[in-house]
Formats: sequence, structure tokens, C-alpha cells
Amino acid sequence: MQDLQNSDCIVIQGSNMAECHPVGFQWVMQAKARGATIIHVDPRFTRTTAVADMHVPLRAGSDIAFLGGIVNYILSNEKYFRDYVLAYTNAATMLREDFRDVDEVDGVFSGYDPETGTYDTSTWNYQGMPAQESAASGEESRSERAAGHEMGGHGASLEHGRVRRDETLTDPRCVFQVLKRHYARYTPEMVQEACGVPPEQFLKVCEAVTANSGRDRTTAWVYSVGWTHHSVGVQYIRGAAIIQLLLGNIGRPGGGIMALRGHASIQGSTDIPTLFNLLPGYLPMPKVGEHGDLRHYLATISSPDQKGFWTEADSYTVSLLKSFWGDAATADNDYCFDYLPRLTGDHGTYQTVMDMLEDTVEGYFLLGQNPAVGSAHGKMQRLAMAHLKWLVIKDLNMIESASFWKDSPEIDTGELVTKDIGTEVFFFPAASHVEKDGTFTQTQRMLQWHHKAVEPPGDCRSDLHFFFQLGRKLRERLARSTLDRDRPLLDLTWDYPVDDKGEPSADAILREINGFHLSGEKAGQPMSSFTEMKADGSTSGGCWIYTGVYADGVNQSARRKPGREQSWVAPEWGWAWPANRRTLYNRASADPDGKPWSERKAYVWWDEPAGRWTGHDVPDFPVDTAPSYRPPQGTGGPKGLAGDDPFIMQGDGKGWLYAPTGLLDGPLPAHYEPHESPVDNPFYRQQANPTRQVFRRKDNLSNPSAPEAHWEVFPFVFTTYRLTEHHTAGGMSRWLPYLSELQPEFFCEVSPELAAERGLQHGGWATVVTARTAIEARVLVTDRMVPLRVGGKTVHQIGLPYHWGVGGNALVTGDSANDLFGVTLDPNVHIQESKVASCDIRSGRRPTGPALLEYVKDYHRRAGITIYTGNDQRTPMPGVRLTRPEQDGAEGETGPRQGDPS
Amino acid sequence: MSLTTGRGERDYADGNYVAIDAGWSDAPPRKGFFTDTSVCIGCKACEVACKEWNGVPEDGLNLLGSSYDNTGALGASTWRHVAFIEQARPMGRQDAGLAGLPVGPTATGSVNQVAANQVAANQVAAQMVAGEVSQLGTSTRAVELGMPSFELPGVRAEAGDRTDFRWLMSSDVCKHCTEAACLDVCPTGSLFRTEFGTVVVQDDICNGCGYCVPACPFGVIDRRIGEQGTKNVGIAQKCTLCYDRLGSGQTPACAQACPTESIQFGDVEELRERAATRLAALQAAGVSQARLYGEDPEDGIGGAGAMFLLLDEPEVYGLPPDPVVTTRHLAEMWHMAVAAAGTLLVGAAMSFIRGRR
Repeated sequence: MQDLQNSDCIVIQGSNMAECHPVGFQWVMQAKARGATIIHVDPRFTRTTAVADMHVPLRAGSDIAFLGGIVNYILSNEKYFRDYVLAYTNAATMLREDFRDVDEVDGVFSGYDPETGTYDTSTWNYQGMPAQESAASGEESRSERAAGHEMGGHGASLEHGRVRRDETLTDPRCVFQVLKRHYARYTPEMVQEACGVPPEQFLKVCEAVTANSGRDRTTAWVYSVGWTHHSVGVQYIRGAAIIQLLLGNIGRPGGGIMALRGHASIQGSTDIPTLFNLLPGYLPMPKVGEHGDLRHYLATISSPDQKGFWTEADSYTVSLLKSFWGDAATADNDYCFDYLPRLTGDHGTYQTVMDMLEDTVEGYFLLGQNPAVGSAHGKMQRLAMAHLKWLVIKDLNMIESASFWKDSPEIDTGELVTKDIGTEVFFFPAASHVEKDGTFTQTQRMLQWHHKAVEPPGDCRSDLHFFFQLGRKLRERLARSTLDRDRPLLDLTWDYPVDDKGEPSADAILREINGFHLSGEKAGQPMSSFTEMKADGSTSGGCWIYTGVYADGVNQSARRKPGREQSWVAPEWGWAWPANRRTLYNRASADPDGKPWSERKAYVWWDEPAGRWTGHDVPDFPVDTAPSYRPPQGTGGPKGLAGDDPFIMQGDGKGWLYAPTGLLDGPLPAHYEPHESPVDNPFYRQQANPTRQVFRRKDNLSNPSAPEAHWEVFPFVFTTYRLTEHHTAGGMSRWLPYLSELQPEFFCEVSPELAAERGLQHGGWATVVTARTAIEARVLVTDRMVPLRVGGKTVHQIGLPYHWGVGGNALVTGDSANDLFGVTLDPNVHIQESKVASCDIRSGRRPTGPALLEYVKDYHRRAGITIYTGNDQRTPMPGVRLTRPEQDGAEGETGPRQGDPS
Repeated sequence: MSLTTGRGERDYADGNYVAIDAGWSDAPPRKGFFTDTSVCIGCKACEVACKEWNGVPEDGLNLLGSSYDNTGALGASTWRHVAFIEQARPMGRQDAGLAGLPVGPTATGSVNQVAANQVAANQVAAQMVAGEVSQLGTSTRAVELGMPSFELPGVRAEAGDRTDFRWLMSSDVCKHCTEAACLDVCPTGSLFRTEFGTVVVQDDICNGCGYCVPACPFGVIDRRIGEQGTKNVGIAQKCTLCYDRLGSGQTPACAQACPTESIQFGDVEELRERAATRLAALQAAGVSQARLYGEDPEDGIGGAGAMFLLLDEPEVYGLPPDPVVTTRHLAEMWHMAVAAAGTLLVGAAMSFIRGRR
């Protein structure tokens, strides 16, 4: 994060950094003070834009077109950093002959199956790779869909031995040429067609970015949930990765792609995950039928033939199992690998909510989450919770998710009746971060320890306390059990020291996560690095990437040495995983010979006399592997990395301009329209991501999108966002007077042009409508919103902050913007598309009570909405009528796929 | 530090003559703020930190429609106020990205009018709640709250299609004037000059007379309005520059919380130099309208302890363009009054003398 101050140009796109990350934004201001150019690409002029050098208003959901346009500019104007690209990326790697790009297959990549809406990804691989099994097919699609996320940490296993390269970058099958052809259509004029950005403005960005990249200069890209909350979100980030690799901006000071995470420790909650399909340290959760034993499981994580550190996954996994089950985990019982639950399918948030509606989920724990307000399709969330037998809420305040049964919008409309709801709700007051010890892992992978400042009041307790005591009580209840199924719980290492209030020691848990030696002369001592981990059961560690946070028996995350008392990289402030490394892949900050690309951007380099890598940061490379080293054919693991393979976690050691494996929706980003859009895809006949997860349900209707009939009933684009003054769904701000008074009411932001068109009055009320519901908001008319000219028509965008909710006992309440969204997901990571959709807007307040339902139904009639509307993954050929089953018979079910005539 | 009874031995070497004039014999350097509005990101952390530290109550959950400002103005329960100003004007060389877009006229004019009405109406409404309106001489009748406006933005032609835009933000605060009228008029001695050269109200001495309220040329100080039980109702309140924090060598809460160093705390003399350097840098970068405010010891208040770098006319931020201490002519007025009284006395005496004749 603070490395942003070393940037010469910062592009903030898909992020409102100044408002949502104001503290981190100080580094952007530092860069600006040093002369950097700050560019904000965003639908709205925000507080970030106010201090930027340049605003580029674009249409929400069109970022791939914009990024693709930059890729095309870089390639067609020869602006790429050739030495870097050739040595450090897979530009020269040859692709299979049978790979077909979107332009050759009418808008989809080769391998698309219109029956399942999924890809067989085998044709995307490198030449010489063995054919892979389909990433998703037929009956297994639901379970397999989780696959993409499991591989998200590192890509799928890849044997590098037979990779073929064309060092001249001229072969039509090499990645570089494929890339060039793929983006040739992304011209400035097409960027305007898709994004509404005039070519002059677009070219200014291209020039600023390329002028500030190269040996002497670096550009950084910053994004947040403005990029991830899309049905093509993963591909947005891939788009930035391609640009930054072409410009040589990865692994170098002031470069990189900064993913700003949304909460104080949301990075930590993926490292040691709250995600259903990951184990700590990005190890995949085993799947039923596929990971029968440890050996099979490990074989799917990495191949012994591939390069890099994932080949050591056996050490990480066995150490994790030892930390879970201690002495019970032995070589004879596969280190209790069988104790791990097996995935049977998608158990992501939204699938779980739909399962609740089917009454297959009995109970639900909500900690630090307010889905009644914060999740897409709030109505579905609330209706689903009414199906639960029990609901545990642990929060600072009595949030809307805890009181939905008496005062949610559905009580008003009559869809829920309090006396008919059988859900037993348990509310546990939570201790805040100043009332407990622990770590935050923030956005740059840095752990920072926080000390308890005051005792929590009354019955408030930490989350650690809750889970520790819950586990303790469960174990007590099962203590006399002889059933095998209870062994995983009974054999857990669950013996943390507690204080007089029963609070377990956070310090002891951090030690356990760090890990220690179990035997040998160092028995009992903490490990200093994950390289000390062993696969023979002699080490224990709760999360391999965190090993070192307790190096030398010292809590390294508690370090707070002021910046002025240490080097500019500030390695003694907190502790960053892995190995306290501040910039990943930093071997790329030196040229192939190991010398800095320039004096100005020197960071890590090869010290020839000492025979070691050295520099300002911890080198992210085997420290004694010389730049000239070339591994013998067939060498796997860290020793398989050549001296010029900086991307040590990739199976081929190279940065991926093109992703041969690991993604479910394409090896290269292609522009697809959002699930709901008033705009025809100007690039391909295929309108939206053909692999997005759609749910054809009567309670999840979609607006028609162009070119479908009646799209004009929902002619406007809206986006949602946060304000500095509030915290996400409001649980930490709408109960506080000092924050509530700063932004007391839900509002919508509209341009003067849209206000004139729809008769919206500044300070008055407006009603915003989608196929899900209608909500009301106060109107702010502002020059900060602008109409755009897209595809020959004017597109208006509406801004909606999503902090307010109906019900609860908050100081300030209001309709919830997230109620407008349906559930449509990115196929790789199951994230909802909640940063863009289409809508209508009217002046005045919405109807209340049952009349609201009638009001929305009228829109359904006018737009001819059925469960199929907008939900064809593959866009039908023009003029082709698809046969549909009777709609009434399809309620609550996924409708059968229709064939695609093409 | 100790108060001396006389003013004979003044030492101006450390520059803190305001404190020395007030009788502090060994005052530390004068402390103040430099608020550089060009790097303000409008996060309002200063407002929240101020209220948290000083226990200032919440004062209204009203949407003002004044851009992102729902605070309105400084007052007894608002010691820091971040103003948000949307303007159809360029900011130096900033590119607002409007060229080539299908935009019409700006809405800033009509929107600002609606917002101004709302801010004024809110203040009146708040005073009505507290039953203070008649006392303050304002109408007690219900007022039109000003929202919504019935004029649609864009209806009134505002000089063609918009081509420029900028969003100004500025955190306002008590100026801690060198010549502080509030202090001059305070009859109880509640308002006093601290050893840091700042002006502070002592809650337990203030009798709520309210003389200081109209005396302030900036409209900063006010008596707190609130329901029974609210802290210090009726007492004059304003920024203390965190007198308690200064006393233990700490930075005021607002400056401590500011993430971009828009609010800088320090010695006034040094802050003046920093302000001048920053102004030169901005002007060199093409922000020709940048200017300093309150930094000049020759101005109408003898210079402020809290100075600002503004990007437009002070009026745009709700600041008086040329503030003058309202008690500047007090001595002359007294002289005039004495002279007038003397003349009257002389006249009266003369008439007696004449009458005797």
C-alpha cells in the first residue's frame, strides 16, 4: 500500500479509494505531491476524483472494453516493455492449434457447451500439455463450479517441461500474437461505443500510462469491489494484469495491481478463510468422490513436475492437519485427512440462501455480516432466513438481519407474517476491535496486532470467545461419544489459555497459526519460515503463508517502528505474508541478468560476489538461484525455477498474459455486457458472460437486456457504492450519532440531464425500480453525474449508496439499494453482480404495503418478464424463438437449458 | 507557566505576543492550524474526531442537499465543519472529463440555492425547537423548509453546456484570532487567551449571556441549543484547539485524525511559512486562484491562529472576504461616547451657568 507513493502514475479504476480507503489514500496523495499523475476512471466524480488529475467517466460494467483498448494501444504502438515481456511473461509460449478465440466462434471461446453454459477448457492450454479433463461438464457442473475458486490462489497444476516458446514473438500461435489479434478490435472508437469515453480522453490515459512505465518509471493500478462485484469480475482483474505485465509494472516499486479489500481484515478472512471451498493458505477444500485420500488430494494441487513452491503443498497440508488434530494426526491415518469435510457442491452464500428457501438449511451463524442489507437481493435473503429453525447473530448492534421477522419490508407488504415465522433468533452482543486483542490482515497482506484498550461492556465478547466456548461445549456434550463421526471434533487441539472471562488468548492462537517444530532438537520452537515445514508430521502450522509472524518467538505483527527510523520499505512495521515480503514477485524488479532495470527503480538485485539475491525488500526468489541458472529438464519445485522465472507461484515461472488454466470463463478477458444492460454488446453477438451463473426462479427475475424485447422499460444504468461516513450495511455506523448525522438519509445521485428528463427535483423523492422491487430515495441532482453517449444512444447512470436498511433500531434508516439486485454470479468465484444493473426511475415516493408488489408486477407485465428473461447464458440468434417449458411448472427450479441453434 | 500581573516585561522573541499580552510570562510558541484545502478529501474524520474527543453532542439528522455536507455550519455543537462546494469551474489543470459528453447546463446554481434554503431553514427549525427564536428576534412562524425546490435543474438556462467541474472541500474551524472580539466582549472572563495563544471558553464560568455570538466576525461561536439533559445547553461553545491535549503535548484531535495532512497543527510562525510554500507550489501547478486566508498579521483580525489555503474566493466557502474584529473601534467608540457625554455635561453646566445669569 505505501509503495503507491513510489508510483509515477496511479490509475484508480473500480475503486473510490479516497472515500472507502481514506487512510490508505494518504499514499496516493504522497505520490501526487511527488509529481505523479492520478487518473480516476469511474462512472461518478467522487471525492477520489476531486483530488485526481483526470476524470474518465465511463459506463459501469464496460471496464474490459476500456482495458482491452489500452492493451491494443500498447501492442499496436509498440509501447510494451519488450525485455520484460520476453523474459518474464508467457508471451513467447506456444498455444495449442485447436484453440479458437471469441472472434472465431461467434463470441465464445473454443470448448463452449451451450447445454451447460460451461467450457471444456482443454483447448486453451499450452502446446505440448496433456489434454485435461473438462473443467465442468454435465451432471457435475454444480460441484465443479467450485473448482475455479479453489485454484484461485495459484492456478491449476501445470507441467512446464514441455512448454514450447517462440522467442521472436512472431509465430501466429504464440501468446503474444494471439493477444494482438484478440485485442485488435478494441480500438479507441470501439472503446467509445462500449464505455462512452471519447477517443481523445481515452488516448490521454493511454499516453499517461505508457509514458510512466518502463525502466525508469512505474505505474500502479488500483481497484476494489467496483471491479469484483461483476459477472465478469475476475476478467476485469486479468485485464489489468495483462496491461501491467506488458508494461513491466509487476514486482517493481511503484508498480503492481493494488486490490483494496473492503474491511479491516477481509484479506485475513481469505487467508484463513471464511470461504466454503478453501482451507487456510489457499489450499483447496477436498471434494467428494475426487479426493479420497491425501495422496490424491495433493496430486490435484500440484504436479511434482511443475515449478515453484506449490510442489511443497504436502508439507503445508500435513502441518495444517497436525495443527488441527495434533497427536491424533499420524502418518498411519493420513494425518486425519478423512476428518476434513468433503464438498458436495456449491455452498457459497447465495446457494446457501436458496437452499434455505428449500428448507435444507436449519441454522445460520451471522458474525459481522448483515445480509438483509448488505447482500444482493435483500428480499431473497430475508425470506430465506424466515425458513431457518435457528439464527445466531453476533453483532455490535441489533441489525436488520436480527429483526427481519418483525419489521422487514416484507412485513409491510404482507409477504412475511411475524406469527408464521418459526425462526428462533439468538443475539450475542459483540466486542469491538478496541475491546479485544488480535490481528488485522489488511489489504497488502500485512498483519498488524491490536491491543485491547478497554474491557468490553456487559455481556459483549469477542468472536474468538464465542467459537472457543461453542467448541468447548460441543466437545463436552460429545465427550462420551464412541461414534466415528464425532472424532474430528473430539480430537481437535482445543486447549488455549483463557482469562478470567473465558476469553482465549489471541496470542496463543497466533503462535499456533505460525506453527512450530514438534520433534527434533527444535521441538516446541516456533518456525521462522514455511520452508521449515515438513510433510512427515514433525511440524505443525495453521496457515503456511503466515509462518514467520511469530519468528524467534516474537509477535512480529506487533512491531510499530516509525517509518522515519527505518528504510523506505519499512519492513519493521507489522509483518506481511509471505516471509515479511512487501512486494510480491520482486525478482522482476531486476533485469534477466539480475541488475536493477534502473537506478531509480532499484529494489531487489543479484549480488554476484556474495552469490545471493539482496535489496531493499525480502527477495521473492530462491535466494541463491543465480540469474543464469537453468534447471535440468524435468526438475520440479523451487529448483525447477530458472534464474529468470520471477513468477515463482506459477507452474511455468512466468507472468500470464494468457491464462492457459485456472479460469472457467476464458483465457483472455473479452468484453461482455453486464447481466442487465440497456446496451447491445458492440463487440460480439454474445451479450453477457456465457458462463455466468443464472438462477431461473420466480423469486429472482431479471430485467430484459438489449437486444431482448422491452429492455427500454429499464432504460437506465445504476451502480452502488459506499460513502466515507458509513460502513457497508451500516452495522458499525448507523447506530452511531456522530456518523449518522453526517449522512442521515438514503439518496440517489442523478445528473441534471436525467433530472430534467424524469422530472426529478433536488431534495425531493425518487423511486427506483427493477424486476425485484422498487425503493425510494432522496434526490441529489449533481454535475458529478454525467450522461454518456454509448452505441448511438444516451445512457444515464444513477448512483446509489447502499448503507441504509428498513427496520432494526438504527438511528437512521431507509430503503436498501441492494434490494434492487437479483442473484447472478461470476462463475469463477461465485460473486454477485452488484455493481451494475438496469432500472427505471420515477419522481416521487414508492407505494407502500401490498400496493408495492402490484407496482412491481405492473413492470413485469410491461416488460414481459418470465424466469427466462435475461437468463439465456448463450445469446440466442436473432429471430430464433426458443421453446420454453410452461413457466408455472418451473417455479423454484432451474429451467432446463435450451439448445443453441448456432 | 504563570500569569504576571503587569505587562511590563514582554518578550516578543518567541512570537507568541498574544499570550504574553494576555499576561503569560513564559508562553510557549503560539499554536495553530494550517488547513490546506487542496488536499482535503472530505472524509470528515476531523468532525468526528473533534466530537469524540470533546464530547460534543450530535446536532441533527437532516439531509441538507448541500452536496455531501449535512453539517451545515460551525456552531455550538459543530467545532469542525467540512464544506463541499460543487462548481462548474476548472481546477488548475485538472481534467474533469466532460469534453465530448452529451451534457447540458450545470445544475450547481439552482442546486446550491435549494441547499442554502435548507441550511437556513434547519437553523431556524432548530432554534424553534429550543424556543429561542423570539429571543433572537427571528420570526416564530413556521417556515418553508426550502426542499424540494420546484424549479427543475436545467430549466433555467445557465449559460450553455457545462465544460468544467470541480469539487472543493474545506474543513472550517475557529480562527483563534489575534484580535478576538469574543474575548473582548465576554463580561465574565469565561473566554480567555491561553498560553498557546488560543481562545478558549470555560464552560463553568460562562453565564450564557451570548455577547460573544454576534461579536464573532466568522459566526463561529454560539450558545448550545438542545433538549434538557444535553451537556452545556445555553453555554457558549466553540473549538478549544484541544486545549487539554495541547497541555499534555499532544496534537489536536482533528489534525491527528486527518489522513491527508490537510489539517496541519504546529507553531503559527512555521505554519505561515509552510502555507506560503504550498501556495507557491500550487500556483506553479496552474491553480492560479489559490490563496491564503487568515495568515496575514495585518488583516482585520490581526491574523488568525487557524489559517487556510483556499482555492477560490472566501465567500465560496462561507467565509467573510475581509473579516474585521467587531471590537476594533470599541476604544474610539468609548472615546466618542465620553466626548459626547462630556459635551453634554459641559452643555448642561453651561445652561446652568447661563441660567444663573
